[in-house]
Amino acid sequence: MKRLTTLLSALVATMSTNVFAEYGLNMTKGVTSISRDIYDLHMMVFWICVVVAVLVFGAMFYSVFAHRKSKGAVASQFHESTKAEFLWTAIPVIILVGMAIPASKTLIDLEDTSKAEMSIKITGHQWKWQYDYPKEGISFISNLAQSHKDALTGTDADREAVGNYLLEVDKHLVLPVDTSIRFLITSNDVIHSWWVPAFGVKQDANPGFINDAWAKIDEIGTYRGQCAELCGKDHGFMPIVVDVVSKADYAKWVGEQQAAAAAAVASATKTWSKDELMAQGESVYNTNCAGCHKKDGSGMPPVFPAMKGSPIANGAAAEHMNIVLNGKGAMPQFKMLGDADLAAVITYERNAFGNTGSVVQPSDVKSAR
Amino acid sequence: MTTATASHDDHHHGPEKGLMRWIKTTNHKDIGSLYLWFAFTMLLVGGAFAMGIRAELLQPGLQLMEPQFFNQLTTMHGLIMVFGAIMPAFVGLGNWLIPMMIGAPDMALPRMNNWSFWILPFAGGILLSTFFMEGGAPAFGWTFYAPLSTTFAPDSTDFFIFAIHLLGFSSIMGAINIIATVLNMRAPEMKLMDMPLFVWTWLITSFLLIGAMPVLAGAVTMMLTDRNFGTAFFDATGGGDPVLFQHIFWFFGHPEVYIMILPAFGVVSHIIPTFARKPLFGYSSMVYATASIAFLSYIVWAHHMFLTGMPVAGELYFMYATMLIAVPTGVKVFNWIATMWKGSMTFETPMLWAVSFVFLFTIGGFSGLMLGIVPADIQYHDTYFVVAHFHYVLVTGALWGIIAAVFYWLPKWTGKMYNETLAKIHFWWAVISVNVLFFPQHFLGLAGMPRRIPDYSLQFADFNLISSLGGFAFGASFFLLTYIVIDCIRNGKPASARPWPSAKGLEWTLEPKAQYHSFNKPPSRALIEAESQNS
Repeated sequence: MKRLTTLLSALVATMSTNVFAEYGLNMTKGVTSISRDIYDLHMMVFWICVVVAVLVFGAMFYSVFAHRKSKGAVASQFHESTKAEFLWTAIPVIILVGMAIPASKTLIDLEDTSKAEMSIKITGHQWKWQYDYPKEGISFISNLAQSHKDALTGTDADREAVGNYLLEVDKHLVLPVDTSIRFLITSNDVIHSWWVPAFGVKQDANPGFINDAWAKIDEIGTYRGQCAELCGKDHGFMPIVVDVVSKADYAKWVGEQQAAAAAAVASATKTWSKDELMAQGESVYNTNCAGCHKKDGSGMPPVFPAMKGSPIANGAAAEHMNIVLNGKGAMPQFKMLGDADLAAVITYERNAFGNTGSVVQPSDVKSAR
Repeated sequence: MTTATASHDDHHHGPEKGLMRWIKTTNHKDIGSLYLWFAFTMLLVGGAFAMGIRAELLQPGLQLMEPQFFNQLTTMHGLIMVFGAIMPAFVGLGNWLIPMMIGAPDMALPRMNNWSFWILPFAGGILLSTFFMEGGAPAFGWTFYAPLSTTFAPDSTDFFIFAIHLLGFSSIMGAINIIATVLNMRAPEMKLMDMPLFVWTWLITSFLLIGAMPVLAGAVTMMLTDRNFGTAFFDATGGGDPVLFQHIFWFFGHPEVYIMILPAFGVVSHIIPTFARKPLFGYSSMVYATASIAFLSYIVWAHHMFLTGMPVAGELYFMYATMLIAVPTGVKVFNWIATMWKGSMTFETPMLWAVSFVFLFTIGGFSGLMLGIVPADIQYHDTYFVVAHFHYVLVTGALWGIIAAVFYWLPKWTGKMYNETLAKIHFWWAVISVNVLFFPQHFLGLAGMPRRIPDYSLQFADFNLISSLGGFAFGASFFLLTYIVIDCIRNGKPASARPWPSAKGLEWTLEPKAQYHSFNKPPSRALIEAESQNS
């Protein structure tokens, strides 16, 4: 008994940590007209199911309690009633039609992306999201934040400390409020699915095809989501974070990003020192490569080879650049990174972990593309 | 020649002795037992994988395994449970019961029957051996969507493809055998509308198998050539389409889910009348409802694919067709309840399983209806809401039907009674723990937890903890089940020929332990009418 009490109090203790307050039982309404329509539809169907369940299970349990032999029930022998059969075929049909009408209306509305004021292209990669603003000329990659990767195998306290555990990225997608946005969703390797519950948007990212979805977000805030289609090893670790900001803040952000993009182009034309490349390369490596090849370059043979002592990292730079740019087998392509980042990470791979390869400059990467 | 055959038969009154009996057997009862024991073994293996999954998900953080191994476990759990446990278990029940129910001496194609069983251990062995290969077992989910299962898959995938082909052969042969048996070996005096519902549901299921399994074989063959011979069926860079894979897979996959549930409908339609002491309500509407469900199952496959970028017209059609399935399924549920209504019920173990089947399967039906509403599916798709849904229909649906059938017919198979007290304890243990396991997963899904992830955000911690504890308790209940069955075989008290006094069916006219060769002479019309469910 004492042991049971201890176990129970331990259970209660686990459940009354501060996460208890945050747990959800139901879908949330979200911040777009679509997500609210979906929520209403969900609740309508749910309550219809509840009413039907109460009637059907009510009849069943009444029968279970009242028509039992131990209570002296004598079995009737009826076994057919065309009237009853007709009724319980017709009534469900009517209920279903009642559900189908609002569902069809919502569906037709949410599939109509023609009223969009701007477009964002979203590309899934194993295991990160790339966001392109085609008109504004902005493009970046969004990875699970490093502190969260570390917390995976850390302590409970680490996971509490990072905040929004597993739902934080190094670079947020930034969108303006009160604007109809069309999302053009595709993939570079396997099928992913871009999902932000608060927007009511979930759409598969298929390699070689572009799907679309739209949202007009009503409230400024930060919204989080995850990849929803199994896409390999780190499927659970490619979250989505969206900052929805005022139109003025959005314009300001676009200006900053464009300036940063111009600076990156400039830096790609200069010649970097080896130390600069190594410093930059380490952070690019830890973000993009360490998931498989490991921080210490030991890899996960035989699927993900070690960097340490690798014949490619210690061999000709051309072959090394080719494999990073274009991928091979399980190795994804990394064309979407900038010349400077690629040069830095390749140089890092060729000179860290005791490797003795050559230094690669952004101009080398540019000509290798 | 005739005399030679007759004297030959005289030597074969009982089974051969030793191991060779099981390897060479063409007896439907032996093969039924082999299927059932194989399925039970696979259930424990697949269950062990599920325990691994729930152990990793017990609390936030990665404690026990690498994400890649977690994906291997979810994949193999699904494959083993679907192809190794549920399907063979129903074929086992069909083998044991169908000849006895239709007054036939054996299956129509006994040697093929032997072969279709003995393929299974090899297929299962090949599938499980992939864990020990370089690169590990398949890790792309039991739905194996391309290109994750083609360009990006481990080398062991080719072994997986071979195993699926073998399992498909086995299922197709099993289905052909059942169709041939039911249509040709039925007692001459038995009309189709005299057949018990378990036979009806299996006959219809067999047609689903014959239609669906070759499509699966096509899908994995295209995968094989994409992987090894330079084709590009599912590769957009070669002019293919990854969504094509999903169409082909689900054209198999949706009939497949009814393959796994229709025979359970049949089982429940036997048990409820027996323990309500009342004839089955609406026998012919049950048959027609089953056939309608089977037909609809072929034309709703893309409701698994609402987020792949289908045109609106396609989404509308598949939504309407899917909602329509609720009608014949509803008819079945209403008929079961009408059978119970004004009966004189007792609640022996098989009845407990059957009543809880009606209750819990219907919950899975409600969540299925919700999932069929396309806009709502946008939020539910690929979350734990889906996981909860299909475990309600497959565990508390299909598996519940199998367990109910085992308790109901165990006396006929063994000639002995199981321990009723232990069996009731086991039932309550299982039914409570399975709900602790799966019900919170509805909440997790609605709150936004995707499926197939090895670790999760902290707001999902509480329900995952509860679900995992329920999972461990449910897993442990199978040790008790094993004990109850073995105890019945070894120490059970002798059962009477008809241990459930109001049970109807030709199988109950046999000896307490059904004789090794039954119905060497077909039953008479009078007997068939007396034992018919269609009274």
